[in-house]
Amino acid sequence: MSELVASLDVPSRSSRWIGACRDFIGRRPLGAIGAGVIVLMFVAALAAPLIAPYDPVAVDFAAMLAPPSAEHWLGTDAFGRDVLSRLIYGSQTALVVGFGASLLGATIGALIGVASAYFGGRIDLFLQRIMDVLLSFPLIILALALVAILGNSIPNLIIAIMVPMIPRCALVIRSSALSIREMPYVDAARAAGFGHSRIILRHMLPNVMASYLVMLTAFLGQAILLEASLSFLGLGVQEPLPAWGLMLRGAAVEFAETAPWMAIFPGVAISLAVFAFNLFGDSLRDALDPRLRTQ
Amino acid sequence: MSAVAASREQAPEPAPAETLLEVRDLVMHFKVSRGPFGRSGLVRAVDGVSFSLRRGETLGLVGESGCGKTTTGRCVLQLETPTSGAVSFEGRNLVGMVPAELRKVRNRIQVIFQDPYSSLNPRMTVGQIIAEPIAVHGLERDPRARHERVRDLLVRVGLSPQHALRYPHELSGGQRQRVGVARALAMQPSLIICDEPVSALDVSIQAQIINLLAELQSDFGLSYLFVAHDLAVVRHISDRIAVMYLGKIVEIAGRRDLYEAPAHPYTRALLSAVPIPDPALEATRERQVLSGEVPSPLNPPTGCVFHPRCPMAIERCKREVPALKALGAGHEAACHLV
Repeated sequence: MSELVASLDVPSRSSRWIGACRDFIGRRPLGAIGAGVIVLMFVAALAAPLIAPYDPVAVDFAAMLAPPSAEHWLGTDAFGRDVLSRLIYGSQTALVVGFGASLLGATIGALIGVASAYFGGRIDLFLQRIMDVLLSFPLIILALALVAILGNSIPNLIIAIMVPMIPRCALVIRSSALSIREMPYVDAARAAGFGHSRIILRHMLPNVMASYLVMLTAFLGQAILLEASLSFLGLGVQEPLPAWGLMLRGAAVEFAETAPWMAIFPGVAISLAVFAFNLFGDSLRDALDPRLRTQ
Repeated sequence: MSAVAASREQAPEPAPAETLLEVRDLVMHFKVSRGPFGRSGLVRAVDGVSFSLRRGETLGLVGESGCGKTTTGRCVLQLETPTSGAVSFEGRNLVGMVPAELRKVRNRIQVIFQDPYSSLNPRMTVGQIIAEPIAVHGLERDPRARHERVRDLLVRVGLSPQHALRYPHELSGGQRQRVGVARALAMQPSLIICDEPVSALDVSIQAQIINLLAELQSDFGLSYLFVAHDLAVVRHISDRIAVMYLGKIVEIAGRRDLYEAPAHPYTRALLSAVPIPDPALEATRERQVLSGEVPSPLNPPTGCVFHPRCPMAIERCKREVPALKALGAGHEAACHLV
């Protein structure tokens, strides 16, 4: 009896998760590859001090613009900084900004979307018009404008990338939430006299999780790309902080022909990261869509 | 529910003591627009429905799909705000009540839905589903006692305590409906709106759920507003029955009166469509097949809404709306010819 009481609130889910992961790898090999690259990025970011061969900001004028060699696997940049080390540390910036912006953007967007669908009527109309206004700006223009207003620190960069994501997520989540709102269990919750926030957070939000996760992974790739773009344009992360977009900027302007390794490797890193998140996101969407589940 | 609040929220005419629910002239119209340039129409889902329900009584609400019986139930639950009319529950009008006040009354009126597959939140365990309203309404603040209560409720509705750990998708339809019943009971309601609670179940399971509902009624003194389209089911559980057609009650009577002496032609047609498992009654049964479809509630017929399909319709039926006429003790019908 006592273990029954104790486990009422904590159902054992670990075995179900492991099974689901195995199933995912078997059915969606491309998604699994994407997930593998993502895991690799995480390992690189977390273990950067351990695996990076050099200090990413250490200037070494003796080894300026050195081509890839046994000493510097991916060569060095104009200040003699090791490109591989900067790439490894750069994954930290990419993941912090990418995850920060897309988690915040998708979560705020999901809350707005669900609230919009739940309340309906004028509140819905009002929220959706605000979202329409935000949607009318291209992603990068809005982010650029926000960085220009806020100034470029990492938290500001996260905000600038997050804001254009909110309406995109709100739109998608709202449409899923509209169908959830008509479910009898939401009526039951209303008939039970639960408060609005409880119904939104406990009864509706968990049931739009599939859409939320798909939006989140799609945003992750976009956010990393956007961060690289902003850094490339000089409005993102500032030197000497290692970031992929920034490395590309330094390289592409002057050294595209004389030291191509400076541009190629950060470019490959950005493409690979975005590609991995998109692959994973697509597979996740297919895996979570019940209509495609039998395939 | 303090006495002060009660007097403030009281309906203009306080209902008699034994009346639990009093619905007066309930009207629920939905606005619909047909296309961006189309005219906007008005769906008269419920059009002037009145009935009352005594404590411990079961009122069956029957009719074809689209007749407004479910909407009537939703208005009583205040899931829809009626266009006009009053819903007095325990002497207080729920229509227009302040949301905070209404929330306190809500645990006294509960609901069991038709579809046991979509009426339980798939992301919560059975235990959480039943415990949540108990916790929110502060009926049991101690978590251990609350789990004890969940256990008792599960046993009471014919499930085992172990079911508390399951998710709805792990249960069968009948088991889920029992969870739905347990969730409704958790709040210790005095009135339960049963919105076709057995229509989605197998016949063998229907009987189990109906018997469970009947048992719980006598144990807890519950009142039911039992919405259904199956006359056999309604007959078994109801004390009185109201027959609805196109948003109106056409006949309301005690169970015996309605089945043995139906007055309204629509009621007779409905009853004649049901094979009665009683040879004596079966022998007297006349088959009466209605022609045509139920008219759209967007554009209901003039006069008596039933006249285009009524085998006995006369000229007067097209012009005048018949009012409910008393035919005997608690027996009323809305027809010019009775």
